[in-house]
Amino acid sequence: MAAIYNLFIINKSGGLIFYKDYGSAGRMDTNDSLRLASLWHSMHAISQQLSPTTGCFGIELLQADNFDLHCFQSLTGTKFFVVCEPGAQHMEGLLKVIYELYTDFVLKNPFYEMEMPIRCELFDIHLSQAIQKDRLVLLGR
Amino acid sequence: MQFFGGSAAADMTPSPAAPPGTATGLAGNNANMLYIFNRNGVCLLYREWHRPLHTLDAQQDQKLMFGLLFSLRSFTAKIDPTSVDKGNLGVPLFPGQGCSFYSFRTNTYKLSFMESPSGIKILHLTIDFIFLLFAKFVMRSTGVKSSSMIQHHPSSPSPLPESPDLDKFARSSVASCSISNEIYLFQFRTIHVLKYHFVT
Repeated sequence: MAAIYNLFIINKSGGLIFYKDYGSAGRMDTNDSLRLASLWHSMHAISQQLSPTTGCFGIELLQADNFDLHCFQSLTGTKFFVVCEPGAQHMEGLLKVIYELYTDFVLKNPFYEMEMPIRCELFDIHLSQAIQKDRLVLLGR
Repeated sequence: MQFFGGSAAADMTPSPAAPPGTATGLAGNNANMLYIFNRNGVCLLYREWHRPLHTLDAQQDQKLMFGLLFSLRSFTAKIDPTSVDKGNLGVPLFPGQGCSFYSFRTNTYKLSFMESPSGIKILHLTIDFIFLLFAKFVMRSTGVKSSSMIQHHPSSPSPLPESPDLDKFARSSVASCSISNEIYLFQFRTIHVLKYHFVT
């Protein structure tokens, strides 16, 4: 079973900098994932404009028939979002953990250029560990 | 199938005025908005109850809302991780085709969405204030155990803290009841609007 289907990280201008698939049914090609990322970026911005009150920071949770989408935006505008099973718990916590890993292993990497696609081995390793741990917690319950 | 085809000025019938005494006078931030669109993207009905912030004029606001719906629909249909054949992004979808969404939540409001098989889209936008009140009065209260039932009955001793805010809570929940009654009332009126729209 897969609680998480995919993970996207997009930079502050809507470009996809990281994408990982954890077992969704129809494989998406690179072009589609890029398009979806920039589409999400713009819808996130529109949802802020449509808010009936001030101080809106965009969509946090989108509930669809077959999945839930949890989104976390960091203060610098980098967005992390996971597509998971409907009703999956603790996704906000997982996104915070992923953000922490991003700051530790991507931003502190001297060879990483800001706003560019993430290619950091340590980040990949720790990310898969975090996701694995999350799955074990899910199986343990 | 035609999208964005209708012109709002020509197609729209004048919406009935909100009943007196319901549109104003609500304390706090409990905004409530209702949008109904037909399948061409024409806003058949727009009603608001206490909306503190207007960034755009009404027509632009409705256009933007329909645009958001349209894009979110194609987004959810494309990203759906359970189906294999997902089609192309941006191609108009028929009502009920592909994976759809039913609500999204931001830190300030929640939007609920329903699309009927004939393509009528009904949206209800609200501040998630019931949860806010729950958090404020129940979870912060020291007398409530997290797993125990919340006994909130007028005659029984309440575990909620006694405070003048509680009166406000009761009043606003009564007000929210009247809002939902009014929404049902509008559904009846909307049928007339829709009849006019499709028969003529």
